[in-house]
Amino acid sequence: MKCDLVVVGAGPAGSMTAKAAAEAGLDVVMLEKRQEIGDPVRCAEGVSKAALKKLVEPDPVWISAEVKGARIRAPDGTEMVMSEDRAGAEVGYVLERKVFDRALAQKAAEAGAKVMVKTRALGLLHEKGVPSGISAAFVGESLKIEAPLIIGADGVESKVGRWAGIDTALKPKDIETCAQFLLQDDEIDDEYCEFYLGNDIAPGGYVWSFPKGHSLANVGIGVLGSKADSGMPIRLLREFVKKNFPEGKVLEMMVGGVPVSGPIETTVADGVILVGDAARQSDPITGGGIINAMRAGVMAGEIAADLVPKGELDKKSLQVYEKRWRETIGKSISRNFAVKEFFVDLTDDDLNRLTHSLDGVDVAELDLKGLLKVLLRQNPKLLLKLRHLIV
Amino acid sequence: MLTVNRYKCGYCGACVGVCPAAALELVETWIEVNEDCVGCGRCTKICPLGALELVKEAEAKT
Repeated sequence: MKCDLVVVGAGPAGSMTAKAAAEAGLDVVMLEKRQEIGDPVRCAEGVSKAALKKLVEPDPVWISAEVKGARIRAPDGTEMVMSEDRAGAEVGYVLERKVFDRALAQKAAEAGAKVMVKTRALGLLHEKGVPSGISAAFVGESLKIEAPLIIGADGVESKVGRWAGIDTALKPKDIETCAQFLLQDDEIDDEYCEFYLGNDIAPGGYVWSFPKGHSLANVGIGVLGSKADSGMPIRLLREFVKKNFPEGKVLEMMVGGVPVSGPIETTVADGVILVGDAARQSDPITGGGIINAMRAGVMAGEIAADLVPKGELDKKSLQVYEKRWRETIGKSISRNFAVKEFFVDLTDDDLNRLTHSLDGVDVAELDLKGLLKVLLRQNPKLLLKLRHLIV
Repeated sequence: MLTVNRYKCGYCGACVGVCPAAALELVETWIEVNEDCVGCGRCTKICPLGALELVKEAEAKT
């Protein structure tokens, strides 16, 4: 089989890449190793309403709930409320990824991309030392797909980058190890996302509750890999639920790893581009990855459409992608990485003090960046190291 | 050697992401371990469900 572009992985990054490239006229093949796109879910499913709307027309079939804002709870129980549109990138919609991911793949298909499920990429093909396609297993049968450009959208467990010589292995301090329940409980607030902080609750991470409507919520936990031991996320999540939602019923269990490494050194190689979690483009503070993945996908797809016909696909030519994403989404990823590196080592006393310092401040008028600014003003000594990041 | 408790495993692929030797692979519900595994144990510490374990060769065979 021959085509202009092979996209490995049919999550939001892959489907947006395939869609953008196919719309611009490329002959695109998108591979998904699973037999069902979007399942099993490894995500808390929250996205910013405004950011999503810029990328795709919202469809009620894949929106579980709309939320008004976020509540952040300090270790001592002090609460801080942030309203919609101002709580950073992760408040707005809570999606149904099982439906959303397939809907995006459908859009790629409608744009002309060929989609192949239960098709696993096994390695790169080479011609004259340069990647020339993908060897794959299509429902267990060997298949070679020749293409001058390969885009790795293969998620946290990405292999495409490694095959191309890009070391994407995550250090324990650069991954949040996560577990999540879809919980039914009458106590669940259907209108607010909640974040619980504390070194006993979630070392180097947080517990979240994202409402899915009808007294359902994704209640999950992220623990920083360097602070975790075997099975810690599920153990701490069970403890949290027992304490906070004693009557809660678990309808689904999900697990996953979220890259929080910040921008990696390179996301391109000769004939290869990485997008989304494969490129470690998830946000190091919130762990949100959908919007960045979709935006990077659009950039990669458009650049592919421009460069494939010209045959300019060496590492140097692909720097245009590198440059574009680093100048856009890369900026907040870099900043939030530095902020995360600082925050993960704060004590519970520090976290309490920071939350108390916002007493009397109208937090509803702040976004994540604004919130950091106020925190800095109220706590100049404690946050001295962050000064240069937030101007 | 590395063992995978397939009854515990949630097939999320977090272990694959941290493997410095690229010795792990996630195929649907199945974690594959190849001979490149160096037994560093990173994956065992970050597994959210505690499904991975490093055991001595002799124990693994029993």
